Amino acid sequence: MSTQDPNDNILLRVDDLKMHFPIYRGVIQRQVGAVHAVDGISFNIRRGETLGLVGESGCGKSTTGRTILQLYRPTSGSVQFDDVDLVHLKGEDLRHMRRKMQMIFQDPYASLNPRMTVADIVGEPLMVHSVATAKEIQDRVQHLLALVGLNPSFASRYPHEFSGGQRQRIGVARALALQPSFIVCDEPISALDVSIQAQVVNLLEELQSQFNLTYLFIAHDLSMVKHISDRVAVMYLGVIVELATRDELYAKPLHPYTRALLSAVPIPDPVADSKRERMILKGDVPSPVNPPSGCRFRTRCPIAEAVCAESRPEFREIRPGHFVACFFAERFL
Amino acid sequence: MPDFILDVQGLETTFRTPDGVVHAVNGVSFGLAEGETLGVVGESGCGKSVTMLSVLGLIPSPPGKVEAGKAIFGGQDLLKMSNEEIRHVRGAQIAMIFQDPMTSLNPVLTIGRQLEEPLMLHIGMSKNQARERAAELLTMVGIPNAKERLNDYPHQYSGGMRQRVMIAMALSCSPQILIADEPTTALDVTIQAQITDLVKRLRDELGMAIIWITHDLGVVAGLAQRVLVMYGGYIIEQAQVKELYANPEHPYTIGLLGSLPRVDETVRTKLYSIEGQPPVLYQKPNACPFAPRCKWALEHCWNENPPLLEVGPDHRAACWVDTKTGRHR
Repeated sequence: MSTQDPNDNILLRVDDLKMHFPIYRGVIQRQVGAVHAVDGISFNIRRGETLGLVGESGCGKSTTGRTILQLYRPTSGSVQFDDVDLVHLKGEDLRHMRRKMQMIFQDPYASLNPRMTVADIVGEPLMVHSVATAKEIQDRVQHLLALVGLNPSFASRYPHEFSGGQRQRIGVARALALQPSFIVCDEPISALDVSIQAQVVNLLEELQSQFNLTYLFIAHDLSMVKHISDRVAVMYLGVIVELATRDELYAKPLHPYTRALLSAVPIPDPVADSKRERMILKGDVPSPVNPPSGCRFRTRCPIAEAVCAESRPEFREIRPGHFVACFFAERFL
Repeated sequence: MPDFILDVQGLETTFRTPDGVVHAVNGVSFGLAEGETLGVVGESGCGKSVTMLSVLGLIPSPPGKVEAGKAIFGGQDLLKMSNEEIRHVRGAQIAMIFQDPMTSLNPVLTIGRQLEEPLMLHIGMSKNQARERAAELLTMVGIPNAKERLNDYPHQYSGGMRQRVMIAMALSCSPQILIADEPTTALDVTIQAQITDLVKRLRDELGMAIIWITHDLGVVAGLAQRVLVMYGGYIIEQAQVKELYANPEHPYTIGLLGSLPRVDETVRTKLYSIEGQPPVLYQKPNACPFAPRCKWALEHCWNENPPLLEVGPDHRAACWVDTKTGRHR
């Protein structure tokens, strides 16, 4: 699966990853079903690259990020990071790998412990992984705060003394503490005001070029994903329906879902907005407990045919580097 | 000056908090023409919601207080009405829909019951008439099997469907004005597109005026005819929608538009970012409230808060600086 030029410098390989959450019912808590949150996805991320992962709420994009980091242990499939298989790692070995991969969370109000000072929060990863002495930690925290654009003298303050944008900077500093090579950014800006979003995105971009970081950037905001990503994957109901370089994906979307999603994004320009064609999808996303047979998108798809209900379309490379899971993608070539 | 169906003048609202009196709305004036769609744009805490809640007498008091101003609707001042009087306006002539469709419906009453209530209360329909009308309304907002679904409870509806119910409820008494407070913010983009499409269609069919409050400059671009931009409790710029997006004059509006990435952008540039944060005003400022974040700020900006100045055809901005030249206007 997913062989995008094997010579490339690949940091992360995800192959047929599945994450099903069991549903238990009744007195004896029998398993009656499962939420198919992630249902067989494959992709690679190259070193220094930003892969954008977009989709609507409940499509499994956050679960994907968490499963890659082994915060959830996957149902099946493999995750190779730096040629090490994370799925079968345990205990100290896994902890050791975790230094190299970190996460920035969506809600800067919930992801920082209100009883800890900023110095404790940012220094905690260093302490947990016992990579530095107390004095070194102190210096490193000062350095990290300066790096993310916070005044180092704020280190003894508590999270409630900061605004949303500043808190997200603290989250970024914490993620950087162990000098990781890979960061999962799980909707890092969607809880922030518009004028603050740009500040945080610019910071992430600066840090990336400074430390050659690799990002998995999870978001539902297609315009921000376009701005920050090198390649973009579109998820729908637990599967990736399309993956391509950002220019190609936005200029020539081939999956009907991607096309609908892109046409639904409002453009902040009344002239351009009135000129384009809008494709409005009917209905809502079906439940991942009982996803539709065959193609997941067929219940809302404007071009679905009988075959879409019968078999699941293969996630195939239709053009070099452009993957799509649709029987009729050629129509839009 | 065109005839306004709603004319708000000099509205001021404050909130008493343990930290002091917060000046949330500081002398806001605007008019709404019949059948017009007015976009109100700004970030959290800029006073956009409080302005509309003040007009409808929905500010919890205390701690809130409408300190000054007029809101003329149908020849009467809404701000001077008693609770009893304004209750007949609210819902019947001016309706409002809110941001979070998950919390604005009562979870223990059926959708039908909640839709029937305003019909019986404001129009005086009988139970049966109201039931029938409720089904019509649900069909109008695009919910299939409306008759059966009236018996459902809110948790059986998805987020998009709940927002449709809110819209149906708001439109049930054929209001002249619909105030929509970030109605699509909690929804996914494809559902957001469904809802804005629905509102556009209903607006054209029913001919009501709409005030659409949002932080999303993208949504307003496709929907509104005229836009107000708010900052720190002031209207800092207003213009026709095309004029505003083509020639933004206030540094804040310029910054906001610049900080948005666009799906139709072709070259990747660094996003323009406005440094600093929006203010919380514990006293009415003597300076421009945006001055601390403004790269064009002159000495005058720190000494006097600029009023809305005429900067173009039907285009006003509260700024002392001509951003094209960087000089004082």
